Amino acid sequence: MKVTLISIPVLDQEKALNFYTEKLGFIIKKNAPLEGGNRWITLVSPEWQDGPELLLEPAPLHFEPSKVYQDALMEAGIPWTQFDVDSVDAEYERLTGMGVEFSVKPTEMGTVKFAVFNDTCGNNIQIVETL
Amino acid sequence: MTFYEEKINQIKSSHYSNDSQIETVKATRHFIDNNFDKDLQLEFLSHVRFTSKFHLQRLFKRYYGLTPRQYLIEKSKEFLKSGMSVTETCFAVSFESLGSFSKLFKTKTGKSPRSYQKEQVSRSN
Repeated sequence: MKVTLISIPVLDQEKALNFYTEKLGFIIKKNAPLEGGNRWITLVSPEWQDGPELLLEPAPLHFEPSKVYQDALMEAGIPWTQFDVDSVDAEYERLTGMGVEFSVKPTEMGTVKFAVFNDTCGNNIQIVETL
Repeated sequence: MTFYEEKINQIKSSHYSNDSQIETVKATRHFIDNNFDKDLQLEFLSHVRFTSKFHLQRLFKRYYGLTPRQYLIEKSKEFLKSGMSVTETCFAVSFESLGSFSKLFKTKTGKSPRSYQKEQVSRSN
């Protein structure tokens, strides 16, 4: 077995696609139509295109418990997932410059520095740098 | 303050309050990252911050989740990806023999250094 897919629940796939590609810089790996206007959209890091794919999954629209869980995490400030970056400070500057909102500014804890932002699709996302 | 921030602060004070230990492992990691031309065996690394080698190994594992040797295996992947030979890589990350390097590499990555390198090269073509 291999880990190849990380699912991120999103309320609006088109909006999510724009945010994750244009602001975060991921690139599209797969984009296939499914029933009811939904799509199978996966993204990868430009520098690791054979790495795990992010699935932008419209689960909160079709399965109420998914929405409830997503909302509860958002309210508690808990990140849905996290991405590694070379510099949290540089990403914080870059993303705030593009209007992205952070609930946790760059913070050191032990051997990592991290920050948490709102992906505008219903999730908090954490970025992490190993110190 | 959100629930998440409260929990983070709690973990910070319960697990990451020993600044001196944290500085020791961070300095060791930085030393490794910047000194591939030097001896990076535990004995030598422990002298960088004046700790015993067993203490350093425990601290490194506690704060990074990997022993220094496992961390060196992670770094060796970068050398192999860049095209450095398996033998050169083995010595750059201070393993005493090709056998011990290949064995730990295979345990941690599921493949030999040579297979890993071939796979990476074929992916980039």
